[in-house]
Amino acid sequence: MLFLLETVISGLMAGVMYALVALGFVLIFKASGIFNFAQGVFALFAGLALYDFIATDGWFYELFGFALPVWLGIIATMGVMIIVAWLVEFLVLRHLVNQEPIILFMSTIGLAYFLEGLGDILFGSDVKPLDIGLPQGASDYLLDNFNLYVEKLEVVAAVVAAVLVVVLAIFFQKTRIGRALRAVADDHQAALSVGISLRTIWVIVWSVSGFVALVAGVMWGSKSGIQFSLSLIALKALPVLILGGFTSVPGAIIGGLIIGVGEKVAEVFAGPYVGGAIENWFAYVLALGFLLIRPQGLFGEKIIERV
Amino acid sequence: MAHERNIGDTILSVDQISLSFGGVKALSNISFAVKEHEVFAIIGPNGAGKSSMLNCINGFYHPQEGTITFKGNTRRQVRPSEAARQGIARTFQNIALFNGMSTLDNIMTGRNTKMNKGIFWQALRFGPAEKEEMEHRAVVERVIDFLEIEAIRKTAVGTLPYGLQKRVELGRALAAEPDLLLLDEPMAGMNLEEKQDMCRFILDVNDEFGTTIVLIEHDMGVVMDISDRVVVLDYGKKLAEGTPDEVRTNQDVIDAYLGVSHDDEEA
Repeated sequence: MLFLLETVISGLMAGVMYALVALGFVLIFKASGIFNFAQGVFALFAGLALYDFIATDGWFYELFGFALPVWLGIIATMGVMIIVAWLVEFLVLRHLVNQEPIILFMSTIGLAYFLEGLGDILFGSDVKPLDIGLPQGASDYLLDNFNLYVEKLEVVAAVVAAVLVVVLAIFFQKTRIGRALRAVADDHQAALSVGISLRTIWVIVWSVSGFVALVAGVMWGSKSGIQFSLSLIALKALPVLILGGFTSVPGAIIGGLIIGVGEKVAEVFAGPYVGGAIENWFAYVLALGFLLIRPQGLFGEKIIERV
Repeated sequence: MAHERNIGDTILSVDQISLSFGGVKALSNISFAVKEHEVFAIIGPNGAGKSSMLNCINGFYHPQEGTITFKGNTRRQVRPSEAARQGIARTFQNIALFNGMSTLDNIMTGRNTKMNKGIFWQALRFGPAEKEEMEHRAVVERVIDFLEIEAIRKTAVGTLPYGLQKRVELGRALAAEPDLLLLDEPMAGMNLEEKQDMCRFILDVNDEFGTTIVLIEHDMGVVMDISDRVVVLDYGKKLAEGTPDEVRTNQDVIDAYLGVSHDDEEA
C-alpha cells in the first residue's frame, strides 16, 4: 500500500514536470492557434541561457569576469526569452499572417531545429548541472513520520506549477490582454477591427510562453541537469495536451498528472508482465484512446461548427 | 429624408482613392465626404467595390493612390489597430465574432482600445486592472441592455442564431464608443422582423450617441428609408452621390443598377 502511494506520488511529480512543458504549448495554441513544436527547445534554451549567466564556465563569465547572482540571472534570462519572442514575431510570424495552421506548425519545427543548433553553438552540448539553490534530496519530515520518500524539489515544482496555473487562468479569462489573446486565436480580422495589434499580442504570448519555458527549464535542469534530451520532452507533452485539451490551462496540468501517474503505476504493476518499458509508450496509447472517445480532451473548448 | 438631426461638419473625407489587386482595379478615383451625425450608404451591384471601400477606411486595405481624412488626420495607409484607436469601429459582411467566447467577452473586446492598464497588473488582475475591468464592464452592460440581448450574455456566440450573432457583432462595435461606425451589410440574410429590429438599432445609435454611420446594404427599401445620403459605385467607379431621392432619379444609376429592379426589392 505504501509502495503504491509512493508510486502515485512520484508519478504526480513527474506529471507536474510534463504539465509545465505542456502549459507553454497551451498558451501559444490558445492565443494563436499554432502548435509550437519548439516549446521543448524553448525550455532547453532558457535553461542553457540561465546556466550561462550564473555559472563560472560560461560566456558571460569569460566576457565580464563575474557571474550573476541567481535572481539577476533569472531576470536576464527572461530578457533573452523576450528577445527570442520578438525575433520569432519579426522574422517568422509576421510573414505568415493568415496562413494555414499546418504552415505555421512547420515553421515552428524549423524554429525548433534552428534554436537547438544555436544553443549547441553558443553553449556547447555537454550536460550542465543547474543549481539555483532549490532544495534537493528527500523530505526528512515525510520520511521520518510517514516513511514516505518524496523529493523536495518535486514538491517545489508542484507548488510553482499550481501558482502558475492560477495566475495564467485568471489572466486568460478575466483581463483585457487575455481576452485579446483569445480573440486573436479566434479571428484575426475581427481582432484587428477592435484595435488589437496582432504583432503586440504575438510578442506578448511568445514571451509568456518563454517565461513558462524558463520555469520548466529551471525545474528540469535542477532535477536532471540541462541536457539536449530536454527538447524531447516536447513529445511527451503532446499526449498530455490531447488528454487535457489543447486550449485549457488547467487541462494541461490535469493531463500531465494523469499521464505521470498512469505511466508510473503501469510500469511498476504491469511492467513485469510485458517486459517493462511501458513508460515509453503508455502516454501515447492513452492519448490514442482519448482521441477516439473525446477528441477535444477533458477540458478543451467544444468545437462548434454550424452547417 | 428619414428623420431630423443636427448634421455637422465633414468627419470623413475620401479623396481620389484608387485600389488595385495586381491588374484588377477594385476602386478608381473614388471621392466622397461623410458629415458628422449622418447615415451614409454605399450601394452598388455585386463586385462594385463597396466592401473594398470600407476596408480602405478601416485600414485593412492600403489604397495605392489617394488619401482618407478622418477627424482632420489625413493618411493613405493606416494600420487597422490605429484606425480603431482613432474611433472607427466596424462589422463584417460574413460575421466575424470570436466564436469560442461568450457574448459578454466578445463585447468586452470592443473596449480594447479604451483599456490601458499595463501587463503587470493584468497578469495579476489586481489593483488598477481590476478597477478598470469593472468600469468597462458597466459600459458593456449598457450596450447589452440597449441591444436587448441580456438573455444571451453568457452564451458562446458560436451557438447563437444568425440574427443574434449580427446583433452581438454590432454590440462589439458599439462598445468601442466609435465616432464612425462602418456596417457591411448589417441586414444580409435576415428575415423581415430581424431587419426591422436592426434598422431601429441603427437609427437609435445614430440618434442617441450621435454616431456617424457608413453602411453597405443591398435592400433598397432599407437604404432609401434610413440613409441621409447615398453614394453609388459600379465597377469600382463612382456613379452618383446625393440624397436617396436624387439617386433614385439619376439616369446613370437607373441604367446601371436600379433600372433593372424595382425601388423596393423583395424584403
